Amino acid sequence: MSAVTASPPIDANAGPAFTGSIRIRLRTPSRRRNLELGLLLFAIAIGLSALVLAELGALGRVEPGVLGLAIGLSVLILAVHGAMRVVAPDADPFLVPIATLLNLIGIAEITRLDIANGLTGWDAFGVRQVVWSAMAVLAAAAVLIVIRNHRVLQRYRYVAGFVAIALLVLPFLPVIGLSVNGARAWVNLGVASFQPGEIAKIALAVFFAGYLVTARDSLSIVGRRILGFTFPRVRDLGPILIVWVLSMAVIVFQRDLGSGLLYFGLFLVMIYVATGRPSWVVLGAVLFVGGAWIAARSLEYVGGRFYSWLNTFDSDLYDQGGGSFQLANGLFGLADGGLPGTGLGRGNPDITPLAESDFIIASLGEELGLIGLFAIFVLYMVFVSRGFHLAFAGQDDFGRLLGVGLGFVVALQVFIVAGGVTRVIPLTGLTTPFLAAGGSSLVANWVIVALLVRLSDSVRAQPRLVIDSA
Amino acid sequence: MNTQLRRVSTFVLLMFLALFVSTTVIQFFQQGNLQADGRNARSIYASFQTERGQILVDGQPIAYSEPVDDRYNYQRVYPAGPIYSTVTGYFSVQPSAGGLESELNSFLTGNSDAQFLDRLNAILTGRDPQGASVELTIDPVVQQAAWDALGDNTGAVVAIDPKTGAILALVSKPSYDPNSLAVHDPDQVQSSYEALLADPGDPLIDRGIAGDLNPPGSTFKLVVAAAALESGQYTPDSTFPNPTSIDLPGTTTPITNSADSNCGGGGEASIATALRLSCNIPFAQLAGALGDDVIREQAEEFGFGSSFDIPMPSEPSQYPPTESEAETWLTGFGQASVRASPLQMAMVSAAIANGGTLMQPTLVESIVAPDLSVLESLEPQVYSTPLSAQNAALMTQMMVAGVSNGVANNARISGVEVAGKTGTAENGQGEPYTLWFTGFAPANDPRVAVAVVLEDRRTGFGNLLAAPIARSVMEAVLSR
Repeated sequence: MSAVTASPPIDANAGPAFTGSIRIRLRTPSRRRNLELGLLLFAIAIGLSALVLAELGALGRVEPGVLGLAIGLSVLILAVHGAMRVVAPDADPFLVPIATLLNLIGIAEITRLDIANGLTGWDAFGVRQVVWSAMAVLAAAAVLIVIRNHRVLQRYRYVAGFVAIALLVLPFLPVIGLSVNGARAWVNLGVASFQPGEIAKIALAVFFAGYLVTARDSLSIVGRRILGFTFPRVRDLGPILIVWVLSMAVIVFQRDLGSGLLYFGLFLVMIYVATGRPSWVVLGAVLFVGGAWIAARSLEYVGGRFYSWLNTFDSDLYDQGGGSFQLANGLFGLADGGLPGTGLGRGNPDITPLAESDFIIASLGEELGLIGLFAIFVLYMVFVSRGFHLAFAGQDDFGRLLGVGLGFVVALQVFIVAGGVTRVIPLTGLTTPFLAAGGSSLVANWVIVALLVRLSDSVRAQPRLVIDSA
Repeated sequence: MNTQLRRVSTFVLLMFLALFVSTTVIQFFQQGNLQADGRNARSIYASFQTERGQILVDGQPIAYSEPVDDRYNYQRVYPAGPIYSTVTGYFSVQPSAGGLESELNSFLTGNSDAQFLDRLNAILTGRDPQGASVELTIDPVVQQAAWDALGDNTGAVVAIDPKTGAILALVSKPSYDPNSLAVHDPDQVQSSYEALLADPGDPLIDRGIAGDLNPPGSTFKLVVAAAALESGQYTPDSTFPNPTSIDLPGTTTPITNSADSNCGGGGEASIATALRLSCNIPFAQLAGALGDDVIREQAEEFGFGSSFDIPMPSEPSQYPPTESEAETWLTGFGQASVRASPLQMAMVSAAIANGGTLMQPTLVESIVAPDLSVLESLEPQVYSTPLSAQNAALMTQMMVAGVSNGVANNARISGVEVAGKTGTAENGQGEPYTLWFTGFAPANDPRVAVAVVLEDRRTGFGNLLAAPIARSVMEAVLSR
């Protein structure tokens, strides 16, 4: 096999390179790309129809502005698809269409909310969302073109780690640091603000994957058995404690409960997958629950989140500023949608504060109904499963770990936001991937798409070839 | 690694399963509860999307919806303003309470069970759904007469047709203009509402059926006299000692008749004389002799202790157990802890007027769907029979004497026999009085039973101020 991979270039039709009696046939990539093109056109058709319906429902007519921009975005994504035929011909065909569909549905709902709130031009979240989407797609294309082999990332694992920490510190720098809705998780770039924590999650996933691949032996082999679990040695606790402290710092200093939970959950899942030790999960859960309990007791905003979660319909809390008004109205909206939804543009999602960002799930649930939400959740599940599929099928452990990490971080983020809106867990401010208004979130999640595309391309491009002896 | 991956996959599946369950619970199972929450602004918007039914008196709308070009589609209009606010309540962009707008909301919006087929039909034919109209028993002439007669007083008037229980007039003052709360600007509604709440006259309270009830004073002697006759041990001619002052049993606290004299002269006073001249001392002794249980039983047959959905729920009038014989004596002339609404006292008169049979009071004549099919119509219902026909006739005779030849003489109407009873109730040392009148006319074939209450009076007495108002209302009915 090594002889085959070492001899470039392999041409599927080039019989005479070796012997006349052996023909090498690689899986043809064009079929996967054609499937992707079909799915992509389908996704664009649904997404643009949603935008038209949302404008008709809310306004009674179609405004050419956002629709034109959204068509431009669709063309750009099709162009990226064209580029992928060259730079990632074997990539998974589901990732880009799913991201595109979610992104366009988000734009439709955000535009519908802009209409209700009377926002037009650059003030409209929908317009900015399309522009950010275009930048995110370009960023994804850049990642695809620059990173031709994902193993390069393994070399830069510590750089990724430092980048993650630097990104998390950015909001605390003078001048550019910015607090939004109480969370100091933003950076002001002059023309727009940015949430570096969204990018940090990717850097962390790269760092965790690179670090755990090299360190997993020492993290998994030695230890002491207590209650049926093999617990690690004290000296090996360093990494988990560092990540725990980092997550707690995000909760305490950035006042961002959701991100703290996201980073720590990501680390726990990746260390479990890398080492196969459930004790890490037990240990991590104990650390996190302990930390969260202390935070709930000592930090007013964390305690308030728990209290609102448990007493959403308490009338004092409902009327209190920063109380449960938002959460309760999100639930009212979902209830109004019921099974079939009110129809795009026909409900009143704008009653709920932050309906276009933190509560986009409630807005979509109101207008698309339970059926629509189920469809959205299924899209996320398929997306996540493509990441996990890479972890099952991949050949190198770094790629496998990165695949499961990136897939899981999307799944966990969806769960934290949608679970918060639907009262499964306390509400935390996180964006719903691809749907919610917010540039940093779009860029980060499209970069995740690019990385998964790159991983899937190299998995498929492995010389799993069929050698026929004629 | 694959074992771990499978477990993580299962975990992710469980996370999504939790979301499937939570959204299903919210959007399917809890949907009704969440939509019914009074704070749910979406339900309020939705309630404006259909053309709400009219509320009519004598065929004329006192509340109707007019198409407008804003988020709410329809503007609710109350052409008569404050005269009917106690009846209609108001329909607002803020959650509102009280009045027919709230009590009959499901009919007015077309969402009642009875309108299910109509709703289905509207969906299938693409027609805009419409609510049902409500025709009231109120007589606009009587309502206007009550409104005018009450003037600037704080108080209420209730007039009932004793034969059917149909409410002919329901006025409470001070009142408010429901149009001020029907505007579509929530902030303006809120500030109007808060101004009404802060108003010392409590205009939002319907004094006819609710609010802080008043002691009924001497009008309660009707209940005590009825209890005495129904016990079989007394007749109108039964007598009691007739001093000018008497100590309450077990105390040295004296009680007197209102004029500080005895009751019509003589050593003994009959029940009939005591009722005609409204003497406290004989009725205190009678109450003591009957005991509070007997009086309460009679009072409850008249409706005390019960709430009546007219369809707004009325505040139950009270005759709580007494703690001493002295207290029982005080209840004999409607003091101590006895409390009554004007509706309740009108019902006492109505039962006597209707030969001892009390009809269920109501405001609703009929509810008519947009296709003119009648969804509900008034079918007079007997609530109770607190008196035998014979005793009702005896009570009527005593009440007629009270008007023609007693202390209720300001309720006289020339050419018509009027039955009536006044009251001037004390609310405690130094507190203002509550003035009452209740009665009915014509005595031989009653068409209206009425109760008038005037609150916070520092001067005057029932016959001087309340009886003329009642007379105007009864005249309005008799002139129809």
